Amino acid sequence: MDLKKLEEIPKSYLKEILGSLSKLEKLKKIPFFTGIHFKDAERDLARKIESYKKVERDAKRVWKIVELSRNENRPQCLDYINGIFEDFVKLSGDRLTGEDRSIVAGLGKINGKTVAVIGHNKGKDIKQRLEYNFGMSIPQGYRKSQRIMRLADRFGFPIVTLIDTPGACPALEAEDDGQASAIAKSILLMFEVKVPIIAILIGEGGSGGALALAVGNEVAMLENSTYSVISPEGCAAILWKNPSGTKLAARELRLTSRDMLRLKIIDRVIHEPIGGAQNAPGRMVKIVKKYIIDALERFASIPGEELKSRRAKKFESMGFFSTE
Amino acid sequence: MEKIKCKNCTKDIENEIFILNLWVCPYCNYHHYINARDRLQITVDSNSFIELGKNINSDDFLNFYDVKSYSVRLKETKLKTSLDEAVIIGEAKIEGNNVALGVMDFGFMGGSMGSVVGEKIKILSNYCIEKNIPLVIFCASGGARMQEGVISLMQMAKTVSSVNRVKESKIPYITIITNPTSGGVSASFATVADIIIAEPDALFCFAGPRVVKQTIKKNLPPDFGTSERNLKNGQVDMIVNRNELKYTLTNLLKLFKE
Repeated sequence: MDLKKLEEIPKSYLKEILGSLSKLEKLKKIPFFTGIHFKDAERDLARKIESYKKVERDAKRVWKIVELSRNENRPQCLDYINGIFEDFVKLSGDRLTGEDRSIVAGLGKINGKTVAVIGHNKGKDIKQRLEYNFGMSIPQGYRKSQRIMRLADRFGFPIVTLIDTPGACPALEAEDDGQASAIAKSILLMFEVKVPIIAILIGEGGSGGALALAVGNEVAMLENSTYSVISPEGCAAILWKNPSGTKLAARELRLTSRDMLRLKIIDRVIHEPIGGAQNAPGRMVKIVKKYIIDALERFASIPGEELKSRRAKKFESMGFFSTE
Repeated sequence: MEKIKCKNCTKDIENEIFILNLWVCPYCNYHHYINARDRLQITVDSNSFIELGKNINSDDFLNFYDVKSYSVRLKETKLKTSLDEAVIIGEAKIEGNNVALGVMDFGFMGGSMGSVVGEKIKILSNYCIEKNIPLVIFCASGGARMQEGVISLMQMAKTVSSVNRVKESKIPYITIITNPTSGGVSASFATVADIIIAEPDALFCFAGPRVVKQTIKKNLPPDFGTSERNLKNGQVDMIVNRNELKYTLTNLLKLFKE
């Protein structure tokens, strides 16, 4: 094998390929094998390198989507709220211990109908980002969301959630205040309410912090948003034990909207303006507005009990396994 | 005589004494790892356990490959642990009380929750509703199983919905938090139980200590995420020693019977 080819091997696979290569070279040196051609083995190895290169290219493609989903010029929760809902009134506090600004919640009107809107807001510049804690929520935020969902349920207001979070806030205070239980209770509550829940992933759908707002009768994803059980960075740190695996992890996690649709995790992909939502934020907001109006229409005449049981059935049927 | 070293106080413990003491250090009461089969044996009445959902197996449906493929990881883990998955479910008797019982095993890929764990919790929930018997789950998990991508995240919703139906059927639901219970399991079915019991020294948190430390860039208090801190913070009902667990469970089951 010529050394030129070796240069093309993706770094993360170099060790493995070199291992097979040196094994092959060792075999060649055994006198018993002299005269035998190793062409097949060499061809297999070349094929392996080719497939690894393909994986690497694919990983780069997925990484671009991850970057787009995190682009700070994408419209954020507050942009959607301001552009879509009339007479929006922001509501604050969990009525227990505090107010989490990373989750924005309130009531507003769309198409003449009152809805509850709850979403993560990340903030656009560093000042805002600190103010909104980068969209990373603490138990007070999830409990505020629960409070507003209960309110909506009592008055029959549909719930619209806008999801954009790197994940729940990993802080000591958050843990002490019961982060795990706050997320679990949010998920539980979303199986109890008898109003339609429309969940839209608008940017980053990071792990449990995203799911805490995403148990919808209909779940939609903007084309370039992501949905993942763990961040690619976190996954690479655990499984690859090396940040160099980050892009590969992003590919392996299958976190794009297209993957989600294929895996039947979401119901719809909302297409973005060419090049991504950041190129035409105003248009993006309009597209989402139309989607919400249509989605609310779809669920308007379905009785509450039915909405509730459909939601349970939908999420309880998720999973892939074999049965003998 | 074979000896093992206590992870906490580093004293040598004779193997036989260690096992007789239910894998708990006789010197410092540190509760060591116990596998699911042994847990079953020390918890349920002899020969009373009937396993459910045995025919469900994990599938590498994403062809997930990190430094090893998921299917190879599964095969290796099955051989190593002689378990089929990170949870065993079934019906059992505890001091004569019928329960639907789930036992997780941290030894099986860190007790991680993928499709099979989710499905088994659902089967167990359906079973306990059908038979009208209490639901008891021993939790031990590092979180969702990354090798199943976002499908593993969805198991949080799936399990919560399943146990929610149990709760709506007015059937008592008890979880026992064992070391460690974190991530996707702690933020789903483990924490929505009617009663949450924790074993001593168990790590019980959402984000693990390493992640939190990295984020806040400060040293964590030594009791971060422990059962004791969780009790103080109001996150668990009680801490119960392993040798008293069976008694506590029996007592609770009796109280709910009336």
